[in-house]
Amino acid sequence: MLGINTQALFGQLLLGLINGSFYALLSLGLAVIFGMLNIINFAHGALFMMGAFCAYFLLTWFDLNYWWALVLAPLIIGGFGIVLQHTLLRRIAGLDHLYSLLLTFGLALIIQGVFLNYYGSSGLPYAIPAALQGGTNLGFMFLPNYRAWVVVVSLAVCLATWFLIERTRFGSYLRAATENPQLVSAFGINVPLMITLTYGLGVGLAALAGVLAAPINQVRPLMGADFIIVVFAVVVIGGMGSILGSIVTGFALGIIEGLTKYFYPEASNTVVFLLMVLVLLVKPTGLTGKAT
Amino acid sequence: MTSTAGHPDAGLQRRTISDEIAVFIVMAIALVIVPLTGLYPYFVMQALCFALFACAFNLFLGYSGLLSFGHAMFLGTAGYICAHAAKVWGFPPELAILTGTAASAVLGLLAGLVAIRRQGIYFAMITLGLAQLMYFFYLQAKFTHGEDGIQGIPQGFLFGFLDLSKSTTLYYVVVAVFLLAFLLIWRIINSPFGEVLKSIRENEQRAISLGYKVDRYKLMAFVLSATLAGLAGALKVIVAQNASLTDVHWSMSGEVVLMVLLGGLGTVYGPVVGAFLVIAMQQYLAGAGQWVVVIQGVIFVVCVLTFRRGIVGEIAHLFKRSL
Repeated sequence: MLGINTQALFGQLLLGLINGSFYALLSLGLAVIFGMLNIINFAHGALFMMGAFCAYFLLTWFDLNYWWALVLAPLIIGGFGIVLQHTLLRRIAGLDHLYSLLLTFGLALIIQGVFLNYYGSSGLPYAIPAALQGGTNLGFMFLPNYRAWVVVVSLAVCLATWFLIERTRFGSYLRAATENPQLVSAFGINVPLMITLTYGLGVGLAALAGVLAAPINQVRPLMGADFIIVVFAVVVIGGMGSILGSIVTGFALGIIEGLTKYFYPEASNTVVFLLMVLVLLVKPTGLTGKAT
Repeated sequence: MTSTAGHPDAGLQRRTISDEIAVFIVMAIALVIVPLTGLYPYFVMQALCFALFACAFNLFLGYSGLLSFGHAMFLGTAGYICAHAAKVWGFPPELAILTGTAASAVLGLLAGLVAIRRQGIYFAMITLGLAQLMYFFYLQAKFTHGEDGIQGIPQGFLFGFLDLSKSTTLYYVVVAVFLLAFLLIWRIINSPFGEVLKSIRENEQRAISLGYKVDRYKLMAFVLSATLAGLAGALKVIVAQNASLTDVHWSMSGEVVLMVLLGGLGTVYGPVVGAFLVIAMQQYLAGAGQWVVVIQGVIFVVCVLTFRRGIVGEIAHLFKRSL
């Protein structure tokens, strides 16, 4: 059919959709954290990796399977994030952006370095849970069940986060505190607590993405290091002003990357960065962003 | 952006030009007598290349307040082009270095035109993305030999008569280039152009209202910084005789930030001190594997939390001098 191998094309599209799920989850977390704390969390990739390792530890040390990890890892790593925020990040609130970026970059180096020392740079296998093994033949392509699961879960979690922030009372406090923290705390709302919880939420999303990625990408200390740079480009393209914007941009760029892998594989690593340049030239504030 | 970047008490410090000159003379004398002290000259040459890289980086961050997280692309680009020119095209060293540096200047102009469009935190993410773009380009390009890098680069004769394969000659050439470039940066900082940059860092709105074309100044500073970072990269390749992907990797962009932060952001001598310390640490801990990265991370955290002026910045603050 026009020289297009549909099987391969849909395969790459699916792979793109999977990566897009991770981009969406990670850039969503970055956007939520940026909105509330006004920092860019460079440690996001390292925390994503910790989510995957957490799933691995739960399985090998405590015999707790994937389903447990899906719930526990975001809570544990989110809790770790809360500790980081409370002990370190809190101290530089109000300083220039520069310092939060450097502090979280330092944290990322520490976390990745420690894991590299104990686990090397090669990957640890993490099996796909029994219930999600195998696949479904859709006629035009073979769809591995686990990959379909990842896309569905990511989409559901993204929409739930959107709902939490845009449609609930907690979310309205959060948005209000983003706009004017003094005023909101004058109404008797504990803003520092909300800041801490928000950071925990963002980190939890990264950890969840890590657990989802564990059976696909293997568990590696550097699995988040290069990933986070792409996510930064996604954030630049989408702009951090809108929750829905980061979700849509994340998925869309994943799909574009997948298509590039099929039509012009040489550019698959760079296409997101090239799009970033293009967007900056045409609309410097990002697709959904307001002027900053 | 209401910028408070740069060094924490920028503007409050009295400039003490005479102290800066005195320190320069001491530094120059120290570098000239190093070969007599038995200190390993290769280490000093390597550290000087990184010191120049850090000074170039500081020229932009310290005096414009914008953090570039992609400066490795300039170091690496000049390195690759210089290596290719010397090895494949058979250029003499001075021309190879010049070609590499010019390549970084062009890249700096292109990257700057894109990145200057956004402020603050976005600027850092954009430069990081551009550097990653270049990294993948060099990973796939034929002439860089991917993971292997360009090996065995001929050092040749500088200006036709200085034999750079002799380590003493090479050493003094590196010292001369470093000192000249350092003086150039110092001159730029103290020029009217540098003063405008500082005013933009302190209060961009006011600089705009005074009629300065702020973006043009930032772009100019970025290109200058990229060019000098390129000079460091090209020089480094002639010293080490190989060019590899390490020099364009994001971790290199992080390392130069570390050097400048540790030594003292927005100070004249901070980047030099930071570069020597970071390179020395890497040498002594070469056998410690990934712990070097962990220690670097710890230095970042400690510097940001307790030590934002950096070593030279703290000393300068203590003695109420500018260094």
